[in-house]
Amino acid sequence: MNVRIYVPRDTSANACGADEVAAAIDEHAQARGIAIELVRNGSRGMCWLEPLVEVETERGRIGFGPLTVEAVAGLFDAGFPNADTHALCLGPVEDIDWLKQQQRVCFSRNGIIDPISLDDFEAHGGWQGARRALAMTPQDIVSAVTESGLRGRGGAAFPCGIKWQTVHDQPAAQKFIVCNADEGDSGTFSDRMILEGDPYRLIEGMLIAGIACGATQAYVYLRSEYPLARRVLSEAILRARTAGWLGADVAGSGRAFDIDLRIGAGAYICGEETSLLESLEGKRGQVRFKPPLPAIKGLFGQPTVINNLITLASVPDVLVNGAQWYRDLGYGRSRGTLPIQLTGNIRRGGLVELGFGVSLRELLYDYGGGSASGRPIRAVQVGGPLGAYLPESQFDTVIDYEAFAAIDAMLGHGGIVVFDDTVDMAEQARFAMEFCAIESCGKCTPCRIGSRRGVEVIDRLRQGVDAQANRVLLDSLCDTMQHGSLCALGGLTPLPVKSALRHFSEDFHSTKVQLCRSPFRGDAFQQAASAMNDLLQEPWQHIGK
Amino acid sequence: MKPVAKSSPAGNPLDADTRSCIEQIIQPMTGLPGALLPILHAIQDAFGHVPAASVPLIANALNLSRAEVHGVISFYHDFRSTQPGRHVLKLCRAEACQAMGARALEAQLVSRLGIGFHETTADGSITLEPVYCLGNCACAPSAMLDDKVHGRLTLQRLDALIDGCGKAS
Ligand SMILES: Cc1cc2nc3c(=O)[nH]c(=O)nc-3n(C[C@H](O)[C@H](O)[C@H](O)COP(=O)(O)O)c2cc1C
Ligand code: SF4
Ligand code: FES
Repeated sequence: MNVRIYVPRDTSANACGADEVAAAIDEHAQARGIAIELVRNGSRGMCWLEPLVEVETERGRIGFGPLTVEAVAGLFDAGFPNADTHALCLGPVEDIDWLKQQQRVCFSRNGIIDPISLDDFEAHGGWQGARRALAMTPQDIVSAVTESGLRGRGGAAFPCGIKWQTVHDQPAAQKFIVCNADEGDSGTFSDRMILEGDPYRLIEGMLIAGIACGATQAYVYLRSEYPLARRVLSEAILRARTAGWLGADVAGSGRAFDIDLRIGAGAYICGEETSLLESLEGKRGQVRFKPPLPAIKGLFGQPTVINNLITLASVPDVLVNGAQWYRDLGYGRSRGTLPIQLTGNIRRGGLVELGFGVSLRELLYDYGGGSASGRPIRAVQVGGPLGAYLPESQFDTVIDYEAFAAIDAMLGHGGIVVFDDTVDMAEQARFAMEFCAIESCGKCTPCRIGSRRGVEVIDRLRQGVDAQANRVLLDSLCDTMQHGSLCALGGLTPLPVKSALRHFSEDFHSTKVQLCRSPFRGDAFQQAASAMNDLLQEPWQHIGK
Repeated sequence: MKPVAKSSPAGNPLDADTRSCIEQIIQPMTGLPGALLPILHAIQDAFGHVPAASVPLIANALNLSRAEVHGVISFYHDFRSTQPGRHVLKLCRAEACQAMGARALEAQLVSRLGIGFHETTADGSITLEPVYCLGNCACAPSAMLDDKVHGRLTLQRLDALIDGCGKAS
């Protein structure tokens, strides 16, 4: 019998050479007359071990990693596929603590199955949630999601059930389900991993949303930076349609439901839900005023559920295992599990799915193993480019929406970016403003202009020009952006800036600081600062918030 | 916001072949709800950019004004109005990559290629673009060369990538 060997086809695994390793294994096996069956699975999320190759044996799947093309010949010399003594042999993959200690709900199948095999999907519990949903009333589905306590995983943590209920209750001939797969936050890739490793899970979640809310048409809005995810999902949609899980008569139920995949065009703001809808309609991705909420007037003016990919991918398990089961996982008002992404300067980076309530410190040191560079961890940014920078003194904060809000931080989509002690936090604060300037949709002045001024002010601070005055100016600018912006891009950019100022103020003191050289001292400065505020607020008032 | 493109709005006139090719791309998609982005992507996939002269064709097919079509092209970072180099190298400038040395990679690229972001080398081999996260943040720093993501980059590995593009030092 052929030995089954798994080599991930995943963006990160490929970025570290998985395609080349797969080809080398194939070549060596042929040359040595070893009959193998090569399966391209998704990633387990142990990114530091990628490319992580697995061999199916009676003892379970035996892992080898991180592999390189150069190591493949030696691996075969050591007896591969039977090479337990090789230095890169990790033993049974499921026994690796990093993986074993997780609570994998959304990621239960990732890395285990062949992502586009419908047989594999079904053999590992796929479609069970959809089958339940087809036998339930729409209201019962919505109620189960509400009772599960599932909150949106895209950043705002809005209760999913309330959103679905609103759409469910709208009388409309056409409603839509939209999956937000724009995943623009630095330090996040959980959406991508589901798409590449278990795409039918998303299709199942969207189908359940469609049945619950009475929507027959759905869209996935996927960022263009994910070409592999696009290929895998396209293939999965085709196969699901052929198998009758999408189309005019879903699984013989007489109900229609279909999914169309749309690709973004490199605009971070299109992850914001109303901007995303504009983009889907073929327009500039400018943020809409709310109300009306998308649940009432969304895509093409119709009631629309727009959810993050992980939110939708969490739903099948809620139906299969019950709302109470899901609710029992988690902490405080944050129920269920969160796929956390450990990234940046971290030794064991990757995807850690756990019930809410784990501390940042456990993640950084027990899972992450400290920094990749071996230097002390100085700061972590949680929740993407709009998230706060946290110092060591806050590492005992637990993963919980409210606990993060309490320290002026946010969890966002669960990305954690680690920096060692070589980081210059003034430079990071500057980047936060620069990013906002690059990605602003341009609709409101505090964000569009304020972010540019922010870069300039931080530059002056770093050069030690009028340090005190510019510091006051920066605070005032942050306040203006925070309170005067239409959406969270302008509104939350001050979060990383202010946290950097608060916790790492020493980085903002240039060696060239010249005190009291400011032309903006005393009253004159106050006037300048308030003039700036007016300048920024006035046009905004015309827009009429 | 995206920097405003400098090319003239009319662009070069299309030859008959290009024109009919563009029309063939547009025609089957006009019925799609929200067809503009899919059409622009398809044209850029075929030509490497969205030729300015295609704007009136798109506008006409979708019953939009040219200004609306142009407004959409200019809003999105992905759409180009001019032909890129033979290879497009997108360097990730976002935080997880910064934490692993992306700024040093950026400095090396700019000095070796002698160009900045959104520019193409004089020999036409490489267009350099910034990107903000490729979803490879646990194996940072990252860059995407054409459609392939490369992770755990070092100054040497980045150099090798550029060598592979036929770009001499
Ligand atoms: C600037 C900005 C960017 C955002 N980017 C994303 C994104 O990439 N993915 C996402 O799911 N939500 C993103 N959001 C949040 C969405 O607006 C919205 O809250 C979410 O899609 C709702 O789904 P959920 O309730 O399932 O989280 C972003 C919000 C803002 C303000
Ligand atoms: S805050 Fe920025 S991104 Fe948001 S609506 Fe205003 S200009 Fe657009
Ligand atoms: S930040 Fe560079 S790949 Fe995510």
